[in-house]
Amino acid sequence: MKYILLLADTEPETEPDYESPEFAAEMEQWFAFTNEIQEAGAMLGGEALMPSDTATCVRVRNGETLTQDGPFAETKEALGGFYLIDVADLDEAIAWAAKVPNVVSGTVEIRPIMDTGD
Amino acid sequence: MAEPPEAGEATPSTERRPRGVRTVVSPVEHAFRTEWSPIVATLRRELGDLDLAEDVASEAFAEASRRWGLDGLPDRPGAWLLTTARRKALDRLRRDQRFADRLPALAEDLDRQPEPAALVDDQLALIFGCCHPALDDAARVALTLRSVAGLSTRQIARAFVVGEETMAKRLVRAKKKIRAAGIPFTIPPPDQLEARVDAVCGVVYAVFTEGHASSDGAALVRGSLCDEAIFLAETLCKLLPDHDEVRALAALCLLTDARRATRVDADGLPVLLADQDRSRWDRDRITRGLAHLVAARALDPAAGPFRLQAMVAACHAAAHRYVDTDWRTIVHVYDAMLAQGGGAVVALNRAVAVGERDGPEVGLAELDRLDAEGGLADYHYLPAARAELLSRLGRVDEALAAYDSALALVGNDTERRWLASRRERLTPSPG
Repeated sequence: MKYILLLADTEPETEPDYESPEFAAEMEQWFAFTNEIQEAGAMLGGEALMPSDTATCVRVRNGETLTQDGPFAETKEALGGFYLIDVADLDEAIAWAAKVPNVVSGTVEIRPIMDTGD
Repeated sequence: MAEPPEAGEATPSTERRPRGVRTVVSPVEHAFRTEWSPIVATLRRELGDLDLAEDVASEAFAEASRRWGLDGLPDRPGAWLLTTARRKALDRLRRDQRFADRLPALAEDLDRQPEPAALVDDQLALIFGCCHPALDDAARVALTLRSVAGLSTRQIARAFVVGEETMAKRLVRAKKKIRAAGIPFTIPPPDQLEARVDAVCGVVYAVFTEGHASSDGAALVRGSLCDEAIFLAETLCKLLPDHDEVRALAALCLLTDARRATRVDADGLPVLLADQDRSRWDRDRITRGLAHLVAARALDPAAGPFRLQAMVAACHAAAHRYVDTDWRTIVHVYDAMLAQGGGAVVALNRAVAVGERDGPEVGLAELDRLDAEGGLADYHYLPAARAELLSRLGRVDEALAAYDSALALVGNDTERRWLASRRERLTPSPG
């Protein structure tokens, strides 16, 4: 069985202080968990996302692509899958999003992957 | 066919100031109006960063205001500004390793000037980026006024009656999203172009309506938003000469704003079209607006939403007296709007126009029909329109009752005062 773990949390209002010992301690926990799940052979892939205020939502209705600022607003919509893509810019990402089969009924949220520098 | 005047060419030094305020414009101010957008557009492409482009452009203009007074005006102010801004950018980039790969290209020839075609592409890319649908509406408007029209954060904040800090945050957030989400500054591919041009027109129209709708104490400040919208619309006409709705948008803004000086009385209350002093309408704006409308029709015989609105404005602008208004055409235009999916408010405007064309009784019958259909139950303009027609027919008691219904529904204080003043005309003055 394959599963995706979706990590939801309230977003901090300000960026963390990347130099602080608190931030380092927090990251240590993430590294430890990632190592553990990798070594157990249980991890297929994973990424951190940029905050939701960088999200763009795409819907196609009556053949027209509707692009909007912001994350999912409709509470009834639940994540049903995901594609990880590598393209030149947001317009290309929108073009792919507009071709996802269920974009005509649901919404595709585009979130940039966080650049962690590695 | 008459060609409309090109934006920025006729009288660039006074074009974007409030009419009647023809103060002497300094060379820097003049250069600012004509050069800001092309310089920011060129720098944004060269530097790959909108924020940095605006910063160094601002610094170059600040240096111009210091230097030109002492050294005299350079032969080509635009070229001087671009080169100066590039020098400022180089200074900054040398201090920031992240931009090391951009340095050689930038340093190569500080004096090179963009080709006219490339400049058009850069300016379009800037506009399409600022009006990208992945940004929220308020962010698009703020970015466009800052980056394309060159307003300061403070000016934009004042125009929208929000704090400067709030507006600054909005701009920072928008630029952060541009960077983080990878919003491109490019001319969209042909299959997306029409929708993206519509998005740009929507932003310009939002700027215009924000300026036009204001009739409060900030009217003078906000009226300048109409000037900015007209500047943006006519800039778009030059950059996108084949798009009829861009021309129609310019026509709509000009023809509507031509009435600015007469729309509101000394007390800040709206003045009915019938009562406006038409000799004070701006003939230059009307001429330019009509020329854009003619150009739009030449591009495409089928009128889109902006063209239809502009046609109504043109019918009013072309009438030298209220009684000369071509209500037949106006009713036809409203019919076309309804055919394009216009809602209850369009139907209401149509009913009022029918009343002007066929007489108050026919107009009242139309309004009653709309009333019966519902959909306008909470809209004060419906009883207000009934009241106007009833008072023309001398049915004073019914008119007073209709004004009372309108007053019970109205939410805006200015409109309440206006309705009360209309109602007062019908009541015998005490003593």
